Amino acid sequence: MTTTSHATKSGLTKTELAEQFRAFIDPEFVITDDETLKPYECDGLAMYREMPMLVVLPETVQQVQRVMRICHEQGVPVVARGAGTGLCAGAMPHKEGVVLSLAKFNRILEIDPLARTARLQPGVRNLAISEEAAHFGLYYGPDPSSQIACTIGGNVAENSGGVHCLKYGLTVHNLLSVEIVTAEGDRVTVGSDGLDSCGMDLLALLTGSEGLLGVVTEVKVKLLPKPEVAQVIMAGFDSVEKAGDAVGGVIAHGIIPGGLEMMDGHAIIAADDFCQAGYPRDAKALLLCEVDGTEEEVHEHIAEAEAVFRKLGATSIRTSSSEAERALLWKGRKSAFPAVGRISPDYYCMDGTIPRRHLAKVLLEMESMSERFGLRVANVFHAGDGNLHPLILFDANVPGEFESAEAFGSAILSLCVEVGGCITGEHGVGVEKIRQMAVQFNDEELQQFHDVKAAFDPTGILNPGKGVPTLRFCQEYRSIEHKQHNHEQAGASHG
Amino acid sequence: MADQIQQLQEQVLQARQNGNKLNIVGGGSKAFMGREPSADADTLSLAGHTGIVEYHPVELVLTVRAGTPLKDIEEALAAEGQCLHFEPPRFTESSTIGGTLACNLSGPARPWTGSVRDQVLGIRLLNGKGEHLRFGGQVMKNVAGYDVSRLQAGAMGTLGVITEISLKVMPKPAASVTLVQDMAMGEVIDYMNRRAGEPKPITGACWVDGKVYLRLSGARSAVEATADKWSGDVLDEGDRFWQQIRDMQHGFFSDAEAPLWRFSVGSTAPAADLPGPWLMEWVGGQRWYRGDASLADMEKLARSAGGQVSLFRGGDRQGEVMQSPPEALKTIQRGVKNSFDPDGLFNPGRLYSWL
Repeated sequence: MTTTSHATKSGLTKTELAEQFRAFIDPEFVITDDETLKPYECDGLAMYREMPMLVVLPETVQQVQRVMRICHEQGVPVVARGAGTGLCAGAMPHKEGVVLSLAKFNRILEIDPLARTARLQPGVRNLAISEEAAHFGLYYGPDPSSQIACTIGGNVAENSGGVHCLKYGLTVHNLLSVEIVTAEGDRVTVGSDGLDSCGMDLLALLTGSEGLLGVVTEVKVKLLPKPEVAQVIMAGFDSVEKAGDAVGGVIAHGIIPGGLEMMDGHAIIAADDFCQAGYPRDAKALLLCEVDGTEEEVHEHIAEAEAVFRKLGATSIRTSSSEAERALLWKGRKSAFPAVGRISPDYYCMDGTIPRRHLAKVLLEMESMSERFGLRVANVFHAGDGNLHPLILFDANVPGEFESAEAFGSAILSLCVEVGGCITGEHGVGVEKIRQMAVQFNDEELQQFHDVKAAFDPTGILNPGKGVPTLRFCQEYRSIEHKQHNHEQAGASHG
Repeated sequence: MADQIQQLQEQVLQARQNGNKLNIVGGGSKAFMGREPSADADTLSLAGHTGIVEYHPVELVLTVRAGTPLKDIEEALAAEGQCLHFEPPRFTESSTIGGTLACNLSGPARPWTGSVRDQVLGIRLLNGKGEHLRFGGQVMKNVAGYDVSRLQAGAMGTLGVITEISLKVMPKPAASVTLVQDMAMGEVIDYMNRRAGEPKPITGACWVDGKVYLRLSGARSAVEATADKWSGDVLDEGDRFWQQIRDMQHGFFSDAEAPLWRFSVGSTAPAADLPGPWLMEWVGGQRWYRGDASLADMEKLARSAGGQVSLFRGGDRQGEVMQSPPEALKTIQRGVKNSFDPDGLFNPGRLYSWL
C-alpha cells in the first residue's frame, strides 16, 4: 500500500480519509493501493488518464450519502463512475479526489409489465434492462453502442442515445424519475411515476449533467412494447450528396425509420472486410434504413422507402427478408469501430451533430482537412438525427500523431458549430471537449452554467474540471484559435 | 412577424435598474394557471414577438419566436404535411408556443409522442441580468452544457423570458381512427394499460362519462388492421373528440365553479374514491378531478398513486397550487431561480409562494 503526500483541503491524509470510509464501507471496497487503483485511471477514452487518490465501492445508498457528507466537509472532489465506458473522459479521476464507483448497485429492482416501467439501481447494464423486459414483450429504447457494458446511471449522466433516437428518443425521453444523492449528502427523488411533474424540470437538467450536479442512486425508466416486425433496407449511392438527399426524401415522405444510418466509402470497405456483410464496395455512401412497427405498417413503409431511394439514385438496394439477413446487414454497421480499428493502429472517435442539409459540405470539408492534417478519416453517421462519428485514424507510436488527431478533431467540431450544429451529440463534454465549449457558448452562457452548478454543489466537489470550462481558460483558448485561424486563412490564400 | 428582442431586453434591464418586478404574458390564455400574478409587477408582453425564424421540413426542425400563436405554427406545418405531434392545448386562439413550454402543456398523444419538453431542442432566454442567452440548438442530439432548454418546462417563466424556441416536428399521421365503448372506472385502468402494452399504433387513451376512447393513428393499413382486431365502435368525428379533450372544451370541463385538479400519477394506480367526477387520459397517467378539496388531502392521494397533483383551475389561487417539493428540492429550486434571476424579477410567486 502506498502512503503518499496526498491530503485533503482540510488536511486529512489519504490514509486518514480511507480510515473514515472503512468505518462504514467493507474495507476491501476502499481501494488505496496503486495496483488496484490503476484500472480506474481512465474511462473509454484512454488517452486521458489520471490516478485517483482512492476509490470506494459503497453497497448501500446510506453509504453513498456518508461518502458525500465526508467529502463535502473535507472539500474532497468526487467522481462518480459506472462501467467506465464513457468516451469523453467524464469519469477520469481527480488526482486529489475519490472515485465513487456504483458498480455494486447492479440490481434490477422491479419490472412492472402492466405499467411498462423498470426500477433500476444505477449500475444495471443498459442491455440487461431490455433482456429482462423481453420476458414481457417489452424493451428499453435507448441503445448506445456500448450497451453490453454501459450502465443506466452513466446513461443518465451522459443522456445517451444510440441508433434509434430519431424515433424513440434519448435517455431524457425515456426516464420517469431518478433518485440522487446531492453534494451535501441529501437523498432526493426528482420526477415521479407520472409523466410530468410540477415546477421547473429538474429531471431534464440532471440528465446529461455528467456527474456535476448529483450522484444517481436509482432510476425509473419507461419500457416500450417490442415492435411486431422490423426490416432493414440497405441502399448504396455513388455520392454522399445523393445519400443525404435520400435521407431527407424518406423523412419528407412522412416515414420515421426506427434507425437510419449512413457510412462513407472508407467505412463501407473496412466494415465489409471485417464481417463480409455483402456491402456494395464501390459505393461512396451506404444507407441502412430500418422500419419497425406492425406487419402492415412495415410492409407499407418499406415499399415506399425503397421507391424513394430508387427515385433518388440508389445504385443498389437490398431489403432484409429474414431476421438473419437483418442481423447481417446491421453487423457491418455495428462493428464499424472495431473494423476501422483493424486498418489503423489507433482511432479517435468524434461526436459532432449537424443539421443534415449541411452533410455534403461537412464531409467534403473533412476530406480536405484530412489531407491538411495528413490523417485518414472514416465516417459513420446517425443520419436520421444528424449525429456524425468521424473516426480519425492515427498511430500513437508516431510522435505527434495523437496531437494532430486532436487538432483535426477540434477543427471538425468547430466546423459542426459553424454550420449550426454542436460539439457533442451523445458522448458528452467531460475533459475531452472542454476547450470546444468556448466555441459553442459565450462567456455569459458559460457563467450561467457555473451558477446552475452552484445551486446543486456550492463547494464544487462533484466532478470538478469537467463539462464547463472556466472563463479564463476560454478566453485563452479563443485567442489561440483565433490566431491559428488567421494563420490558416493566410496560408490558404497564399496556397 | 416581428423581432422585438431589443425592446424586451431594454424592459428587463429597466425593471432591474428600478427594482421593479415583471409578469411575463404571451397570449394570456393561461392566466388562470399558477398562483395569482403579483399585483405590483409590470407586464412584459411577448404577444408582439412573433414569427417563424427558420423551418426546414426535411430536418424536422422549427425555430420560432416565443410569442407566436400555436395556430400560426400549426398552419405553417400543415402546409408541409407536418405537425406538433405533442398536441399542445389551445385554450384560446391566442395560445402561444412560449406559454406552452413555460407551462409544459401537452395533449392526448403525450404518452407516445412525448411532451412539449421532449420536443424542445434549444431556446433563447433573457435572464434576470438582461443577458440574451442561447442554449441547446437546432439539432436532435446535443449534450453540450446543461439542458437549460428543457429546464424551462413547467417553470412558468420564473427563470427568465423564453424568447425563441427550436422544436422537433413530425409528419402528420396518414390515418386516424377512434374506437369507443362503455366501461366502468374499475375496469378501465387495467384495460387501457393492457392496450398500451401491445405493439400497435395507439396514440390516445381516455376515459370519461363511463366510456373509454382509444385512438389509433399512423400508416393506414396498420390503423385499419388494428381497428378490426380491437373491440369498440368507430367514433364519427373522432378528431373533434380529441380536440375537445385537448383544449378542455369537453363537457367535463364546462363546470367553471368546481375547482379542477390535475393528477399526474402512475398509469396503473387504482382509482381514488372521491365524490366528484373524473376524467382519465394518458392511459391513466393524467387524471382530472372536479370538486372542492384541500391541497394537502389531494397531495396524500397523489403520493399514494406515485405522482403529483396541482390545482389546475379555480379554487384558492392565493395559496399554493402545486404539490410541495421536499425541503432539499426547495433549496435547489431556490438556488436555480437565483442563478437565473438573482433579483427575483420574473413572475414572483407565480409557481410557488416561496419562489
